[in-house]
Amino acid sequence: MRPAAASALWLPLTGLLVFGVCFSATLGFLDVSIPDVVAILWARLTDQPLPAGVDPVAATVVADVRLPRILAAVLVGGMLGVSGAVFQAILLNPLADSYTLGISTGAAFGASLVIVLQIFGLMLPVGVSVPVFAFAGGVATLAVVLFLASGDRSLSSTSLILAGVIVSAILSAAIGFLKFLADEQVGIIIFWLMGSLAGATWPNIGLLAPVALFGTLVLLFHSRDLNIMATGDRAATSLGVQTVRLRTLLLATGTLLTSLAVSVSGIIGFVGLIVPHLLRHLVGPDNRRLIPLSFLTGGLLLLIADTITRAALPAEVPIGVLTALLGGPFFCILFKRRQRHGASDF
Amino acid sequence: MAPATSDRADQALWSLSDLDFGYGERMVLQRVSLELVPGRCYGILGPNGSGKTTLLDLLSGLLQPHAGRVTFRGRPLHSWPKKQLARRLALVPQDFMVRFGYTVREVVEMGLHPHLHRFASPTAADLALVDEALAATGIEELAERPVTRLSGGEKQRVAVARALAQRPEVLLLDEATSNLDIHHSLEILQLVRQRFERHGMQVVAVMHDLNLAALFCDHLIFLKGGQVLRQGPTDEVLTPETIAAVYGVEAEVRDNPFTRSRQVSFRLPAKP
Repeated sequence: MRPAAASALWLPLTGLLVFGVCFSATLGFLDVSIPDVVAILWARLTDQPLPAGVDPVAATVVADVRLPRILAAVLVGGMLGVSGAVFQAILLNPLADSYTLGISTGAAFGASLVIVLQIFGLMLPVGVSVPVFAFAGGVATLAVVLFLASGDRSLSSTSLILAGVIVSAILSAAIGFLKFLADEQVGIIIFWLMGSLAGATWPNIGLLAPVALFGTLVLLFHSRDLNIMATGDRAATSLGVQTVRLRTLLLATGTLLTSLAVSVSGIIGFVGLIVPHLLRHLVGPDNRRLIPLSFLTGGLLLLIADTITRAALPAEVPIGVLTALLGGPFFCILFKRRQRHGASDF
Repeated sequence: MAPATSDRADQALWSLSDLDFGYGERMVLQRVSLELVPGRCYGILGPNGSGKTTLLDLLSGLLQPHAGRVTFRGRPLHSWPKKQLARRLALVPQDFMVRFGYTVREVVEMGLHPHLHRFASPTAADLALVDEALAATGIEELAERPVTRLSGGEKQRVAVARALAQRPEVLLLDEATSNLDIHHSLEILQLVRQRFERHGMQVVAVMHDLNLAALFCDHLIFLKGGQVLRQGPTDEVLTPETIAAVYGVEAEVRDNPFTRSRQVSFRLPAKP
């Protein structure tokens, strides 16, 4: 029954996503029709001149301003959705997320550091250094968290989450210090920490797209082993799953996805938490279905949220604030329902 | 009672020599030497904290000994590829917990994992094996239910079904029935015993209940303080002397015509 639900979701989700990308590109200050968007895209992709009747200004706006941002929203949402699904499956905790592990905060710290160093006159190429610092921050956080949690050899989920909370508290204070150092320019850091896709560029897409694809494939490759992890370490080991190695590899991949997403968009909460949650209700917990569907759903969700802040709202609200405001209450409802049913069968 | 076995070393399932294992400073097992041969249903017994589960984890390769040697089928255990070992050894843990609402069928299908290539789908024969395991454990009607909604007894049967779908050479039971009522305990033990007798599936069971162990096992290994205190055929080693030495309690042991096995009776210690 549930595999059928999964295959029933594939097509509409993919279709919706493609339509969403095109439709979102028509929205904004300048009105462009869907056929024109497709024509502009086609002309750019095949390197041919624009067909007559398409406004060249509109073409520039769509191709160089809107599309990179739209694709970034899809990719970031997808990466957050997938990494959320994997963190939850590894930690055996449906409330886990890259935030619970401190990884997002670590990546945010790394990226803020670049911004502050810039204010102090240290000239780093932003396009390269922000993702690199964010990834280094995420990996360093994960390393510290794993080190703290490795007191018990098996990396149990309780000690991992506890270590994540501790490290993330320290990093939040460190980010606070960076904000203090940034002084008048604190606004840049704050806006970025609240999450925004406004600055997304084609080079960002060039970085995100291959990593998103590669990371998702690595996770998919191990999805059957990941399923077995749900029955506990001893049982999984007796089925030939190398639990410690698998956990390390998948945590590292999840960290890569999260860090790069954070380096482009800033902190965007609740996508990685809610998307896998919702999907588990619809298609069951099997990661072979959950991981690809999380990518599509996360991408679609963030695309909708970003389009709302970009085109529908009178002033641009940071997208991280929007997802938290919309996702938070939704999550509260899920959380309460889960308590009432008294079971951990998400 | 047990089929004839040879003592040739290459026939042994496990051969343990001078095994030491500990957590930090605390030694859990010391100088354990054992030979486990096919054709016997083994029971590992002993008081709480005597190292029973640790011994089982050393047999399954989950833990590595600090000193000493473990070989399985004549080959050092640590040199066995994990997946190959998983095709031979299946474990039923004490409390089989599944997070997330996988259906019973999905969980039992996980038993096929060591036999499948990474992206291979189970064949019709594999799925028939899953159905057979579901039927053998009497949980066919539960097949599409989320395993998180099952009772403790039902979950244990799912764990056994999964282990059966794994087609192991040896089934390891870690107090698999300790938390079940007597009806469910007997049902599971009977099922495992039947597989042992009819299909030649070998069994090593960590057990708590002496009388169930006497019913179920041909050969008992008594641990105390991390050492093997006594071991041998059930009819020889299950004696008041052994029980006094291992558990420090007074007991009476009789051949019981009703159970057709030895059975142990206890009484409350006399007031000092």
